[in-house]
Amino acid sequence: MDILQLIVSGLANGCVYGLIALGFVLIYKATEAVNFAQGDFMMLGAFITLGFTNTDYIGLPFWISVILAIGLMGILGYLLDLVVLRRMFGQSQVAMVILTIALGFVIRFIAGAIWGHEPQALESPIAGVDVRFGGLVLGMDEVVIIVVTVILTILLYLFFIRTKLGVAMQAASQNQLAAYYMGIPVKRIHSLIWALAGIVAAIAGILFASKGTIDPTAGLLGIKAFAAAVIGGFGSLPGALLGGLVVGLIEPFAARYLPAGYSQIAPYLLLVVMLIVRPHGILSQIQTKKV
Amino acid sequence: MSTNGTNPLLKVDNLESYYGPIMAIRGVSLEVNQGQIVTVLGANGAGKTTLLKTISGVMDPEKGTVSLSGSAIQGSSPDSIVNQGMVHVPEGREIFPILSVEDNLKMGAYTRTNRAEVASDLKLVYEYFPILEERRSQEAGTLSGGQQQMLAIGRGLMAKPRIMLLDEPSLGLSPLLIKEIFTIIRRLNREQNVTMMLVEQNAKVALDVAHYGYVLELGRIVMSGEAGKLQQSKDVQEFYLGVQQETQRGQRRWKQRKTWR
Ligand SMILES: Nc1ncnc2c1ncn2[C@@H]1O[C@H](COP(=O)(O)OP(=O)(O)O)[C@@H](O)[C@H]1O
Ligand SMILES: [Mg+2]
Repeated sequence: MDILQLIVSGLANGCVYGLIALGFVLIYKATEAVNFAQGDFMMLGAFITLGFTNTDYIGLPFWISVILAIGLMGILGYLLDLVVLRRMFGQSQVAMVILTIALGFVIRFIAGAIWGHEPQALESPIAGVDVRFGGLVLGMDEVVIIVVTVILTILLYLFFIRTKLGVAMQAASQNQLAAYYMGIPVKRIHSLIWALAGIVAAIAGILFASKGTIDPTAGLLGIKAFAAAVIGGFGSLPGALLGGLVVGLIEPFAARYLPAGYSQIAPYLLLVVMLIVRPHGILSQIQTKKV
Repeated sequence: MSTNGTNPLLKVDNLESYYGPIMAIRGVSLEVNQGQIVTVLGANGAGKTTLLKTISGVMDPEKGTVSLSGSAIQGSSPDSIVNQGMVHVPEGREIFPILSVEDNLKMGAYTRTNRAEVASDLKLVYEYFPILEERRSQEAGTLSGGQQQMLAIGRGLMAKPRIMLLDEPSLGLSPLLIKEIFTIIRRLNREQNVTMMLVEQNAKVALDVAHYGYVLELGRIVMSGEAGKLQQSKDVQEFYLGVQQETQRGQRRWKQRKTWR
């Protein structure tokens, strides 16, 4: 029973890491840039929801706040690409990395200025509720996180393989030049992928905030999610989720069975081991070009 | 091929393109009439790819005009040019390697909205390239070079082009496959009325299917004429068809200068 609870709470954390990792990989695959502000996007999504729904702020109904936050984060992602990143087109990757790191600082600062630096709890209907499966007591929040992640994964999967836009996104990330030749509007597709990354980050943020508190530094979780993305195979969407789950599962067990102090480094230790034994990650997607 | 006194479908006038300070296209003018296959021959580095990229909007010209059915398209974005009926089948196939064959083809129709028409064009492509239908759900990256070239042409057809720009479709293929592909190019031209601008190093096969030809060297057109006439030209024979000319003394005239210089 105890082990099961550990697994469930590990999976729930892993889902959040996995969703943030998914954001990293989405943007990386499409634009070959790494968005180091992805974790801060997550934090911002959580705070926007909190700002709309908590009674201390606006006090809108929870579900309306969720929809507003997801929509706003999508628009923010789109505009960020349209207004800022598109101008960086052709710049070195280092410039992009620095820009997104700086962006992360800006988001943290803005969130602190609006909502303060103290940890706050999101007033969500799933917080603090228990569900029982036989003798097993699980937090409603954890169950919801896992279910929502599964549903989101299925929806994203269907989007990418069934819709014209989704296939075009894949096409543009596999061969950008060919996409141009076919008249696929690659720049708009990039903006839409940033929008999608914003949406996924918002959902991750809401899930994250509903199982604890949130403060402006919560985005630093992004580093762990980045490790998860690398472990899973940077460039593979299923790999990102899997990497997130692996990291999420390792943590509670490391905390339980390793001496205090070692558990926090477990994910990074795994990262180092992975980089040595399987540098392209669990689900690597290395393509060689055929002539 | 007579022009019937009508305007050419594609007209390129005094086009100049640069890579940074390097001038790759140096004032090229040419015409492609409706229904024709026009070839541009040139050695490696002559500027063939750059010329096609500039025409299809992937690159912007520094000077000059490109007009399609009389309207200027130079500097437009590739998607608007595809929409106006011109599609570019790039050098080296440039397929989407981990999309299925069918998804690759569907991406060729990205700018089109009429689903029924797209579906019937997919059928048409499969009629011309049955192997693609056989492999429709396979990842395109697993196809052989010849099949990938077929896919690239098929994907181009999915845009329902009035004119197709083909960049070295013979590159890296066996003589047998080249023959197969060029037969299909000719059929598409005749049966589907797709005008073709075909860029090639392989002058022999290109002049075989083409109606008219240009010779491009170092970014300039140095010669042009009916395909039959070019085939007869000594310079084209020597430098592009690999025919060795004998002198009275029986030696190869290895120092011969091209007369167009
Ligand atoms: N991306 C590039 N940057 C700089 N120079 C280039 C680039 N691509 C081609 N060139 C140069 O432009 C000229 C024409 O190249 P290209 O159009 O590819 O010739 P072709 O297709 O006939 O082989 C060559 O001298 C080549 O070195
Ligand atoms: Mg070329």
